[in-house]
Amino acid sequence: MSAITRMLPSGTPTPSGFAVRFALAAAGLLLLAPAVLSDFRLSLLAKFLCFAIIAVGIGLAWGQGGMLVLGQGLFFGLGGYCMGMHMKIVDAGPGNLPDILTYSGKYESLPALWKPFSSAWFAVPMAILLPMAIAGVLGAAVFRQRIRGAYFAILSQALAGAFVIVIVGNLSLTGGTNGLTNFQTFFGLQVSSPADQRILYFVVAVTLLVVFLATRALIISRYGRLLVASRDDEDRVRFLGYDPARIKLVAYVLAAGMAGLAGALFVPVVGIISPALLGIVPSIEMVIWVALGGRTALAWAAAGAVIVNWAKSSISEQFPSTWLYLQGLLFVVVILFLPKGIAGAVEHGRSFLSSGRIRGRPDITPATATAAAAPKAGGTPKAVVAPKAVPAPKVGAKPSTEDLS
Amino acid sequence: MSTELLRVRGLVVAFEAFHAVDGLDLTLLEQEVRFVIGPNGAGKTTLIDSITNLVRPTSGSIMFAGEELVGRKEYDIVRKGIGRTFQKPSVFDELTVHENVDLAASFRLPFRGLLRKRRGMSDDVAAALVAVNLVEQAESLAGSLSHGQKQWLEVAMVLVQKPRLLLLDEPVAGMTERERLRTGELITNIALEGTTVLVVEHDMDFVRRFAHKVTVMHEGRILTEGTVAEVQLDETVREVYLGRPRDARGAAEVVA
Repeated sequence: MSAITRMLPSGTPTPSGFAVRFALAAAGLLLLAPAVLSDFRLSLLAKFLCFAIIAVGIGLAWGQGGMLVLGQGLFFGLGGYCMGMHMKIVDAGPGNLPDILTYSGKYESLPALWKPFSSAWFAVPMAILLPMAIAGVLGAAVFRQRIRGAYFAILSQALAGAFVIVIVGNLSLTGGTNGLTNFQTFFGLQVSSPADQRILYFVVAVTLLVVFLATRALIISRYGRLLVASRDDEDRVRFLGYDPARIKLVAYVLAAGMAGLAGALFVPVVGIISPALLGIVPSIEMVIWVALGGRTALAWAAAGAVIVNWAKSSISEQFPSTWLYLQGLLFVVVILFLPKGIAGAVEHGRSFLSSGRIRGRPDITPATATAAAAPKAGGTPKAVVAPKAVPAPKVGAKPSTEDLS
Repeated sequence: MSTELLRVRGLVVAFEAFHAVDGLDLTLLEQEVRFVIGPNGAGKTTLIDSITNLVRPTSGSIMFAGEELVGRKEYDIVRKGIGRTFQKPSVFDELTVHENVDLAASFRLPFRGLLRKRRGMSDDVAAALVAVNLVEQAESLAGSLSHGQKQWLEVAMVLVQKPRLLLLDEPVAGMTERERLRTGELITNIALEGTTVLVVEHDMDFVRRFAHKVTVMHEGRILTEGTVAEVQLDETVREVYLGRPRDARGAAEVVA
C-alpha cells in the first residue's frame, strides 16, 4: 500500500480513474456523437449541452453549496438576450435597424439599450458578466442576511418571474413574448447551415468540457470543501474564521455566469431566445435535470440535463402530451427514492456489484458479508483502504461528494 | 505575573424579560485554565456565546487583549485568536477528518490560496491529529466517528488555529471514562503551551480532577471564584445547589 493511496479517502477514484472517464466522455462528445448522429440530432445535442452547462452551475451552487437556485432562467435569459441583440444588429447590417425594432415604429436608430451590443467585444463578455453582476448584488444582500433554504429559492425564482414580466412588458424593445428570433449569422457562421451547425456543436461541446473541468477543479480545492462545509454547517464555518456569505456568493455568481454563457451559446444553436425559455417553469426544469442526474455529482448533474432533455424530445415526438406527467412522476420518484439521483442509483449498484470483491477487508459488515457470498467475487481487491486502518468507514456509509464527481 | 487577556464587564444578555447573563464580570489571565460551573440555566453557555458573538450582548463590554469584541463579526473574533467548541460537537460529516482539520488550519489563507488543491498533510494538521489521537481516522469521513471522537475532532480543529483563548463548552459530555481522562490531559497540555482555556463543564468529577481555578455562575452572575476546594466549602454555593430541590443531585456532587 503506497503512502499516496493511503492519503486518499476510501472510495475516492484515483486521479487516473477520473482522467480515463473524462477522456471517454470527451471522445464520446467530440468523436462518436458527430460520427453517428444526424445533423438534426447533433443540433439537438448541442442544445442539450448548453443546458448541461447550466446544470454544471446548478451542481456547484446547489449540489455543493446547498443553494437551491430556482431562478437560473434569469441568468440564462440575460446571456441569451445579450448574444441575441448582438446577432440581430449584425444581421441587420451597418446603419440598419434589426427587424424586431422596426415593428413598433418607435425607433429611428438603435435605442440606447441596444447600442453597446453592436460590438462583440461588449456583447460576449456581457453575456457572462451581467448575470454574474446581478447574482453578485442579489447574493451579497441575501447571504449576508443569512437568508437560506426555501426563502432563498423563492427569492431567486421571483427574480426570474420578474425578468419575464419586464421583457414581455417592453415589447417594442425586446420582441415581447416572441423574443428574438430569425437569426442569420453567428460570427460568420450561417445559423441555418448544417455544416456550420456542426461547428457550433463543437464549440458548445468544448465549452462544456472546459467549464466542467474548471468547476471540478474548484470543487476538489480547499474552497470546494469549504463550500460543502458551508452547506452543512454555516455556523461552524463562521466560528472557524471564515465568512460563509462570501464563500456561497462565489459559487452563486459562478453558477450565474455559467447560465449566462449557456444562454449565449443557446441562441445561435437553437435560433431563438424568448421569455418562454427562461421563466419560472423553465427555471424549475433546470433544477429537475440536476436533481434527476444527481446534484452532488457534477458529471451526473450535467448528464442529467442531457438525459432528461433527450427523453423529453424522444417521448414528445411519440406522445406529445405525456412528457409533462412523466417528468413530474420522475421528479417525485427521485425525491422519494433517489435523493442522489441517477448518480446515487449507479453508485448503489456499483457498490452492490463490487461488494463481492471486499471479502478480505477487515471492516466487513454483516450485510456486505452476505452479499460477498454471492458469486460475484473474483475481481481484484480495491486498493483503497489500508488493511491496518482500524475502524475504516462502513461500506454502506455515505460516500463523499468526491466519489461521484 | 501574567497579564490580562480577557476582561468582561457588566455583561447583560437579555432574551426579552429573561436575563440569561445579568451583569457579569470576569477576568482571565494569559495561560490560565478556568472552569466555569453552575446549575442549568446559569448562563454558562451564553457567556461563551456572547464572547464569540453567537448571541449579541444587550449591554456590557468584552475586552480581548485590549480590543472590544462586542459588535464584531463572528469570523473576525475568531481571527483575533478566539476558538470555541459547541456542546453538540459540530464537525463537517461529509468531509474527512483530515479535511475538517485542514479547513480549520487554512483560515488565514488568502482566497487565492483556498482555490488550490490541498496536497498531502501539513505538519500543523498532523500535529493536531496526533494531539487528539485521530491519526488512524484521518481519511475517514467525520460522520463515521463516535460522539467522543467528534468532540476531539472539533478540539483539533480549534487547536490547529492556535488560538490565544480557547472556549470549550462541555468538552467531556457523553465521553467514556478513558476519553475523559485523555481530554483532561489534553486541556492541561494546551495550557502548558500557552493557550488560555475557559471550560464550561457539568461533570463535577472531571472538574475536581482537572480544575485549579473555578468560577461558579448562578442566574447569570458570578457567585464565587476560587480553587475547587474553596468553592466546595463556600456556603453560597451550597445554598445555590441545595436551595432548590431539583438541583439536589448537582449539589450532592458539588459538596461531595
